[in-house]
Amino acid sequence: MKVLAAMSGGVDSSVAAALLLDDGHDVTGVTLRLWAGAAVDVGCCSEAEIDDARRVAHQLGIDHVAWTFTDEFDAQVVAPYVAAHAAGRTPNPCIECNRHLKFGRLLRRAAALGFDAVATGHHARIEPGDGSGGFVLRRGADVAKDQSYVLYVLGQDELARCLFPVGRLTKAEVRAHASSLGLVTAGKPDSQDVCFITTGGGREAFLAPRITLHPARVVGLDGGAIGQVDAVELVTVGQRRGLGTGGGARRYAISVDPSTSTVVAGTIADLHTDRVELTDLTWVSDAPSGPADVEAQSSAHGRPVAATFDGRSSVVFATPQRRVAPGQSVVLYRGDRVLGGGIAC
Amino acid sequence: MPVYLDNAATTPMRAEAVEAMLPFLRDRFGNPSGSHAVARSARKALDEARDVVAAALGGEPGEVVFTGGGTEADNLAVAGAHRLREGTVVCSAVEHHAVLHASAALGGQVAPVSADGVVDLVALADLLDRSGLVSVVSVMLVNNEVGTVQPLAEVADIVRRLAPAAVLHTDAVAAFPWLDVASLARPADLVAVSAHKFGGPKGVGALVVRRDVKVAPVLHGGGQERDRRSGTHNVAGIVAMAAAMQATVAERAAVATRVGPLRDRLADGLLAAVSGATETGRRETKVAGNCHVSFEGVESEALLMLLDGAGVYASAGSACASGAVEPSHVLAAMGVPRARSLGSLRLSLGRDTTDADIDVALATIPPAVGHLREGGR
Repeated sequence: MKVLAAMSGGVDSSVAAALLLDDGHDVTGVTLRLWAGAAVDVGCCSEAEIDDARRVAHQLGIDHVAWTFTDEFDAQVVAPYVAAHAAGRTPNPCIECNRHLKFGRLLRRAAALGFDAVATGHHARIEPGDGSGGFVLRRGADVAKDQSYVLYVLGQDELARCLFPVGRLTKAEVRAHASSLGLVTAGKPDSQDVCFITTGGGREAFLAPRITLHPARVVGLDGGAIGQVDAVELVTVGQRRGLGTGGGARRYAISVDPSTSTVVAGTIADLHTDRVELTDLTWVSDAPSGPADVEAQSSAHGRPVAATFDGRSSVVFATPQRRVAPGQSVVLYRGDRVLGGGIAC
Repeated sequence: MPVYLDNAATTPMRAEAVEAMLPFLRDRFGNPSGSHAVARSARKALDEARDVVAAALGGEPGEVVFTGGGTEADNLAVAGAHRLREGTVVCSAVEHHAVLHASAALGGQVAPVSADGVVDLVALADLLDRSGLVSVVSVMLVNNEVGTVQPLAEVADIVRRLAPAAVLHTDAVAAFPWLDVASLARPADLVAVSAHKFGGPKGVGALVVRRDVKVAPVLHGGGQERDRRSGTHNVAGIVAMAAAMQATVAERAAVATRVGPLRDRLADGLLAAVSGATETGRRETKVAGNCHVSFEGVESEALLMLLDGAGVYASAGSACASGAVEPSHVLAAMGVPRARSLGSLRLSLGRDTTDADIDVALATIPPAVGHLREGGR
């Protein structure tokens, strides 16, 4: 097959490209420039990462190109991220990047250029479905490094044109393979969570120049004032630190409302809920026709918990769970198979 | 046979230039600043090269400062001249990044261009009038992306009238392969060129600094180039640049006369064969080798990849160091809508471009555009 390997400059996508060659594919590497601020920030898609990807491509003897998707990244990932925070939500930009960029625009361009498939270095597996002719999406073989959570937005059209070559390997195996090939990326540390947020500055440094941050009252469930925060836009439901509630019982953010500059805080018991409402649901295969037993995972490295999907938009947990911050994705699994998911309201 | 239509990015080295530099990579390896026979041999070649370069650029030998390329020449001009003068830097909005970023780093101001990609003289005059003291004005002779020739004589008149204390710099890097820089850049105080754009090697260039004009050095060290640019001379590169210059000047008018119609056939052919294709800039204001077109609904990066695969080597006109296509500041300054600018293609012809090359380009590009349009975005 003619495969376009998306190479981030990290070890996983480097090895993915190498494995594709082993399998006899005709491979071309591409690195996406997503974030125009990368030159000053530290993160993925900086020139240094493009250099690493190109050097690996040279080592593997494949062609490599760099493409600029900064306009779309701004419009489809960064702007919604900023707007969501302004609305007191906690967005997951990596999922939107996958939805619109890596498995959106990149797939479309690859198809237009005559590539049969696009490969990435994600730790997840695509396998033929049981008799249905379609594909199933499963967790990566390395449970600790599994990235299926950020891939739930993929449907059959995307899976038919995607390859995740390292999904069958553990991270240790990936690194060992990279070392055995002498790839320059073999020893690179794993990438950070959000490429455009620096470890030093965090969300606040990113958001402060882009939106006005407002101080807010922190109140109890009874409405009584118990504290103060500097920036309501930076508070996440479930957060404990920084609520300024002083000593006493631990308080957690239960809800965040920038329109009234209010954060409601309560005890861990108050934080627990038995359900979450989802919007923007997408399914890897067909949507469940009725209520379905699932396991729900509500963060990238969260633990899946038993739940029932009501067939429409509600997920009811078998035992109460911490409230899911609005804007976060809840991914529904059955065993290691991704069914789909949606965004918490 | 691959077709190379990216001569504005760089050119193949001329045989004369390769031949000229070889002795200095071998026996004549001396440091021209030395005081023995080996050094003198290099010094002699350097002096001879300086005479050639001065003549080709319309200056005196003592006015030529050899640099490590066009970017360094532009930086020496802008930053070096600004350093010794009061006031602000002003440059056109379509300058090469070597000028644009050097100016921006000094807090400079930008003069707009018309939709044709030619500096807006009224707006420039207005800006100079409003800016108070101006240290340096920089307007390129030819734009590297869209090929438009800038009205340097008129610019000079305006500068002398409204900013008499300012020095005028012109980046003649894109002009030299096509135009008589010696006469056209005459009104400028500073003139920058780069060897690899006209068949010389990469990493060598020159800045003409007129006799009565002072620039502060950007590189400090041993005081070479009359204290304007320190560093051991790149003798082989300089000698090769001189050889390439001499050969270029000798045939320049003839090459332009031959290549202009090839460019016209290419541009006309593309406009006729591809619906929604637009040409950038008015042809009569452009150098002969530049064909710049935009294809609505097509992304340059994808088109370049298809053309690369088909052996037609071109560019989008603006790229970052990694080769990724950058949104063009030149097209933005010309008011070209983003959607059109993202589908732009620069085909830059050179002295080696043949009729057959144009046939291949015309047989390759329209179907590639059609293919991408059918394949969706």
